Amino acid sequence: MTSITGLPGLRRVVPQKYVPVLVTACLFVAMFVAGGVRYDNFATGQIILNVFIDNAFLLVVAVGMTFVILTGGIDLSVGSVVALATMVSASLLKDGWPAYAVIALVLVIGATLGLGMGAIIHYFEIQPFIVTLAGMFLARGLCYTISTDSIPIENETFTAIAQTRINLGGDLSLSPSAVISIVVVLIAAYMLHYTRLGRNVYATGGSEQSALLMGLPVARTKIAVYTISGFCSALGGLLFAFYSLSGYGLSAVGMELDAIAAVVIGGTLLTGGSGYLAGTVLGVLVLGLIQTIISFEGTLSSWWTKIFIGVLLFAFILLQRVFSAGSRRGAH
Amino acid sequence: MNRILKHRLFWPVVVLVALLLLNLVFTDGFFRIQMREGHLYGSLIDIFRFGAPLILVATGMTLVIATSGIDLSVGSVVAIAGALACMQISDLSDQNSVSGVLTAVGVALALSVVLGLWNGFLVAGIGIQPIIATLILMVAGRGLAQLITDGQITTVNSAPYKLIGGGYWLTLPFGIIIVAVVLALTAFLTRRLALGLLIESVGGNAEASRLAGISARGVLMTVYAFCALCAGIAGLMISSNVSSADGNNAGLWIELDAILAVVIGGTPLSGGRFSLSGTVLGALIIQTLTTTIYSIGVPPETTLLFKALVVTIVCLIQSPAFRAKVFHRRRRPIEARPATEEKVRVSA
Repeated sequence: MTSITGLPGLRRVVPQKYVPVLVTACLFVAMFVAGGVRYDNFATGQIILNVFIDNAFLLVVAVGMTFVILTGGIDLSVGSVVALATMVSASLLKDGWPAYAVIALVLVIGATLGLGMGAIIHYFEIQPFIVTLAGMFLARGLCYTISTDSIPIENETFTAIAQTRINLGGDLSLSPSAVISIVVVLIAAYMLHYTRLGRNVYATGGSEQSALLMGLPVARTKIAVYTISGFCSALGGLLFAFYSLSGYGLSAVGMELDAIAAVVIGGTLLTGGSGYLAGTVLGVLVLGLIQTIISFEGTLSSWWTKIFIGVLLFAFILLQRVFSAGSRRGAH
Repeated sequence: MNRILKHRLFWPVVVLVALLLLNLVFTDGFFRIQMREGHLYGSLIDIFRFGAPLILVATGMTLVIATSGIDLSVGSVVAIAGALACMQISDLSDQNSVSGVLTAVGVALALSVVLGLWNGFLVAGIGIQPIIATLILMVAGRGLAQLITDGQITTVNSAPYKLIGGGYWLTLPFGIIIVAVVLALTAFLTRRLALGLLIESVGGNAEASRLAGISARGVLMTVYAFCALCAGIAGLMISSNVSSADGNNAGLWIELDAILAVVIGGTPLSGGRFSLSGTVLGALIIQTLTTTIYSIGVPPETTLLFKALVVTIVCLIQSPAFRAKVFHRRRRPIEARPATEEKVRVSA
């Protein structure tokens, strides 16, 4: 909290809109340095790459969530869609489907679910919270209908993707899933900042009424973001299937919270209209690093992760509050 | 007839009655209530009994939503209250001592209120959006509950504690009596005194009500504390019913069911007005749905599918936009439209 006193100076150097992302970046660096000082073998590049490898699915899901939150909506169904994707791919692969057909089908299912929810949200004017909640029940229910047990994946393509490590030189390596997630981030960042859809997303989140009056396609934008989120969740589910090599209806329970937390820690406002994908990436990295530190510590139990995430959320929201109060007094 | 159709509780009542009739078709004597060993038994009693924690949580949630807020942390408060009470009781030398159990219950409820005040402070004092403010406690609270029980499932063997969730009093399950008392008290406070009006005015426009001389901050703090208190009582009921505390799973997703109950009951997420009777109806619909699923023999694996279906139908029927588009009925006066759009943005 001491950094707040130095803010006026900082604000002059960096445009105010970048400050939340920068704070998250500083936190990430600070955590990394603290970990490096405290533990042996911590401050290596591979630790950061491992965070990417272990959280590739969360990163992809959080990217989709960023689109939705930027329009001022929310998507509670992502965790269930991730589980559904693992279940569908595991059961179809068991029936002998070719891997690429399964991957294509899973992605289509995710996008269709998102499209349906987006359409209901927009055309029937029901709150996103409720619609995606129903979507969450639906996807989870479909998982259990497929099977209540965990289904192992033995398909060659999937196991090959799971076991491949891409050597980056030195002792550094990445998994294909992590590469996919980084590619998704790059494509999404391009879409958000250099395409018409991205402009529309920010405009709709800033003020739906104004966007409508400016003649922007609000309906198409809102439906598009939920479709993107559904697609990203399905892709995240595939990455999760690569990671765990099994499908299970109870996997990824509560992942929607992790995704929302990552987006918020990344400095995106839940009211919409303001935020960056870079922030979301940093948010996911911070969450991943917390888990790494807790596993390095060894004596701390897993529930401390939740408590730390809660404390971090609080600190960041407070910080955002301080910033927004400083720049726009009275603006809610 | 038209007036009945337009009544906001019309559709919830229709859904509830339809569900109950469905049960009657599939289960003989569904409506039969009998006296056995001085206790009332029957499917209808069971719906009330198992639905009691949800009704409680949804009651608190109704008031929070009426202030155009939302409380995602109730599930965690349920877990924390149950965990704390069970830990204290298991430390007692005599687990059946009434005073010991009362102290444990008191401490657990006091902590719930403190957690609610924390939420209220974040929302009213610092001005954080309710959905994020309570998200903090929702995430951290699960961790706290596990911290209290040390990650174990703590079991207790205490007759007085068992009474709260599993016992009978005056022929009725004790849980139903607690719910009735809380509901009566809430209805009295909000409908007979000015509190309800204050809550609705803060939900309608917090700034305007502050200028009108209402302490919006105080109202918000009260409402969040009350919501957490309700969740705490529900947590005691749930943990007492199974005589154990599970920090990880107790009250899991109850916040979603509670919000659903409130919305089904006709309280808009945008706040400004609320209906306690609607909420009770909504909670009963959700509980009846669960009972129905078992009684008509839907395989348990598809429970969630069935729930998703019913939730979607109920929300669609209640959406003015859906009715206008599907039934080709004339749109409501245009004034309703911008308001709904504003709602979607703010409440999300």
